[in-house]
Amino acid sequence: MKSAKTTLSLKKAILGVTAIVGLAFSAQAQAEELRLLTWGGYAPDAVVEQFKAETGIDVKVTKSNNEEMIAKLRATGGGGFDLAQPSQDRISGAQIENRIYKPMDLSKIDSSQFISSMLEATKANTTVDGEVYGVPHVWGTSGLVLDTKKAGDVKDYADLCNEAHAGKVSYRLKRPTLIGFAFSMGMDPFEAYGDTAKYQEIMDKVEAKLISCKANVKTYWEGGDALLNLVRSGEVVAAMAWDTGGWKLNGDNPDVTFVAPASGALGWIDTFALPRKTENEEAAYKWINFVMRPEIAAQITAEAGNFTASKGADAFAEDKLKAQFQASFPEQDLNNIKWYPTVPAGLETIEGKVLDRVKAASSN
Amino acid sequence: MSTQLDLECRQVVKSFGKFTAVDNVSLEIPQGSFFSILGPSGCGKTTLLRMLAGFIEPTTGDIRIKDKSMLGVPPNKRPANMVFQHLALFPMMNVAENIAYGLKRRKMGQAEIDRKVADVLERVSLPDAGAKRIEQLSGGQRQRIAIARSLVLEPALLLLDEPLGALDLKLREHMKVELKQLQHEVGTTFVYITHDQSEALVMSDNVAVMNEGRFEQVGTPQDLYYNPSTAFVAGFVGDANRWEGRIEALDGAQAMVALDEGGVIATSFAPGTSFAVGENVDLFVRPEAIVIERSKAAQEKARLSGGKNTLSGVVQNLLFDGANSRALVRDQATGHEVMVSLPQTGAFSDLKPGEALVLSWDVEKTRAFKAMKAARQGIAA
Amino acid sequence: MSSVSTLSATEGQERKIPIIKLGTFLLMLPLLLWLFLLIILPHVDLLMVSLREKLGYREYAFSFQNYIEFFTEPLYWNTFVRTAVMSIIATVITLIVGFPISYYIAKVMKGKKRSLLFMMCLIPFWVSELVRTFGWMILLRESGVISSFLQWAGIVDGPVEMLYNDASLMVGLVYTSMLFMVVPLVSVLDTLDDSLIEAGYDLGGNTFNILREIVIPHAMPGIASGCIVVFMLTLGNYLTPTLLGGKDGLWFTEQIYNQFITRFNWESGSAFGFLLLILSSAIVFVGLKLSRQTLADTVK
Repeated sequence: MKSAKTTLSLKKAILGVTAIVGLAFSAQAQAEELRLLTWGGYAPDAVVEQFKAETGIDVKVTKSNNEEMIAKLRATGGGGFDLAQPSQDRISGAQIENRIYKPMDLSKIDSSQFISSMLEATKANTTVDGEVYGVPHVWGTSGLVLDTKKAGDVKDYADLCNEAHAGKVSYRLKRPTLIGFAFSMGMDPFEAYGDTAKYQEIMDKVEAKLISCKANVKTYWEGGDALLNLVRSGEVVAAMAWDTGGWKLNGDNPDVTFVAPASGALGWIDTFALPRKTENEEAAYKWINFVMRPEIAAQITAEAGNFTASKGADAFAEDKLKAQFQASFPEQDLNNIKWYPTVPAGLETIEGKVLDRVKAASSN
Repeated sequence: MSTQLDLECRQVVKSFGKFTAVDNVSLEIPQGSFFSILGPSGCGKTTLLRMLAGFIEPTTGDIRIKDKSMLGVPPNKRPANMVFQHLALFPMMNVAENIAYGLKRRKMGQAEIDRKVADVLERVSLPDAGAKRIEQLSGGQRQRIAIARSLVLEPALLLLDEPLGALDLKLREHMKVELKQLQHEVGTTFVYITHDQSEALVMSDNVAVMNEGRFEQVGTPQDLYYNPSTAFVAGFVGDANRWEGRIEALDGAQAMVALDEGGVIATSFAPGTSFAVGENVDLFVRPEAIVIERSKAAQEKARLSGGKNTLSGVVQNLLFDGANSRALVRDQATGHEVMVSLPQTGAFSDLKPGEALVLSWDVEKTRAFKAMKAARQGIAA
Repeated sequence: MSSVSTLSATEGQERKIPIIKLGTFLLMLPLLLWLFLLIILPHVDLLMVSLREKLGYREYAFSFQNYIEFFTEPLYWNTFVRTAVMSIIATVITLIVGFPISYYIAKVMKGKKRSLLFMMCLIPFWVSELVRTFGWMILLRESGVISSFLQWAGIVDGPVEMLYNDASLMVGLVYTSMLFMVVPLVSVLDTLDDSLIEAGYDLGGNTFNILREIVIPHAMPGIASGCIVVFMLTLGNYLTPTLLGGKDGLWFTEQIYNQFITRFNWESGSAFGFLLLILSSAIVFVGLKLSRQTLADTVK
């Protein structure tokens, strides 16, 4: 027994030496580093510093978006990052297709910190083969950013095609636009998610609408900052955009604000998900539990402009933001938010072709 | 003025800022002659040639070709063509296209162009070179093509800017002869600039020696060699031994000169020059004018002895060059080195350094010029 | 004794040869590795991905479907043709604008002024392409500098939008490519002996035919290499067409990006990437044939 222990400790010693040599080459910090793949504003410097002070772990932040996150993880088979933050509707499809995520160990997450309805909904949407792959973090909506003085008549996405605003509207050529227009045209694309033929039919109608609307569009915006500039300078008076953008502009110009469209704003939830080859799972859970603390979550809300799934964080949020939120979302609009369901495989191909054809169509 | 002039320059001046590159040059070149402008680099000869070609306008003065003023006439409208220093053949064209370039600019028919190109290639003895690329030609062939390219335009003047400079010695010697013959055959007036006196002397009917923007002397090669009119020409054209001294006594066309280093030399003057006693002069004696004898006599300074200038010295160095062999003889008394030609008979083929010689030459073979250093000495004093 | 030393000398020489070869090999190793790991290997991978068709989740079969789709779907084909035509036009404009500038730098300017002018062509490239493009956006947009100036000067009544069309795209593309045209042109014109131009004048040529028969033939390798670089860069540009091109501004690289990133369709993205490589090489090949240049000339 004793001799066995000695050999074991010898083995440990050898392993230890090897590990030290290895560490000397691969920078000691690696063991104490969390590589986070996230959105702009979700990991403010102040929060990263507090986390480091408390746990000694460095957070290396890489800012990205849904498509790039999936592309990056897909290229490495789920490596290169320890924690990612894709939207909840984009997890299960990518997981089935590419196996880039690792199931969450829910026992390591302090579920009491989450708004339970949001946690349950996200868990349900990100379950593949009985395993949960995501927990919620930040949520928000997209809808209309309007100059209410000049474009007060725009009540829904389809109104962006009013001739009165020709050359003064803008939206992205991305899937939320297709979904939003479908709703504003009285159809329900989410219901048709399971029925490819029906979905195709809806998308064909949206395509026709977007092509006829093309002459009205100033430009299809790409980056959020580019859109904010267009609206701030008055070159664009109505646009489809995120709620936070509208609230930011509202600070500079009271006429401009975010308006939930009549057919309902589109609600999204960004999650935490573990890449399959995560190298520091422990740190990832520590980070999740840390940022879901109400006072930390409030800091993130202040930075990103969006609210989080953290229970009780509202109490710490800025009054101004709360007021803007309430102005944009009266009770019935809040209930009318359309939350993105999980995207089944294959739809992106249909949507892609529609977007290509809209872009290629002549605007005259 | 009975003979027609191909080129006439009247008081041409070219200044660049404060620097005067060409200073009041006038010249006349009769039809069909080979005229060289000889001078050291920086003397202004290239500037003068470029003014003739039209790349530079003179500051003042007039240039006339065939009695027509060329002022304001661009190079592509002048009846003068140039062979450039590095020939400037167009590497993107073959030989025939190079030669045809100027003809095409005259809107000549293709058949006539072909005929003229063939003619001129025949004339420069390269009848089959038409289809060759420039890089396939040897140095001498390129030379001929460059000349042919200009000659085919039948210019009144052919300007040549040291075109032989890049060739090796043997080929250069050969091309000198060939150029002169070619000029003789075609009868076009050649204006040739060079810093190589041998090129100028061998080829030219007339040579202008240029120094510091001015013409020192214009004349036949023989004139320049045997009757240089300035100390610069005497020193620049051909080899010469030089002494500095002061005139002690005058006697008609001859004088006794006391050398600065000690000793005396009797000298003659260039026609049309006159000197006063006490004047500083430079004396020039060609190496081939000096006769040598072996002698064990005592070392003595230069002196007049038996109607000849005499000097004794010791052979310092032998410069064997076949028929053109020379010896450097050191005047032991003054340290002055004198270069002498060894007789072509081979009488002194066994001469060795260290042997004592007596040198002598006729008074007429010594030429005196006003000292080039006079001005400088004046300033120093 | 002497024979022994001779022998050892020859031995030494013989032994030296493989050492030199090893040295050469080691010297070339970085290049070979670079070529293989970063050029050849990814392209092989790209080719393999492009030749498979997705049947279902993680189920693939060998197929030319991705290539067939490119040729049967007019959208992709049209986008490629548009991109190629616009790139060719941009290349020609860059050449027409760049040639006089290069000639001026190489042949007219001397000394300090010359370096200064060359520097001025270079300075825009000290900042990133994104910043340069934003610079143009600030100038050309409706509320931008030029529009404001025109209104201030009373030339136009209302704001003018100069952004988001093919003309502004062309301006951006030409601006972005200028340096890559000017550098090879300046270096090739530098090697043109001034006396060739003088000889041209002396033999009766005028400016136009000296340019056509002497300067341009001499500069042809530089023109060809400049055009190839500019054409390839323009064809592969992503930022400028996206930002300046506006709502009708389709660009083929955008299609490839979309296939990879937003559609998750690596198969057709790879096929498009490969087609871009092949078709652009074909265009360059035709261009070289038409101008009677060889690829070897252009890299001299």
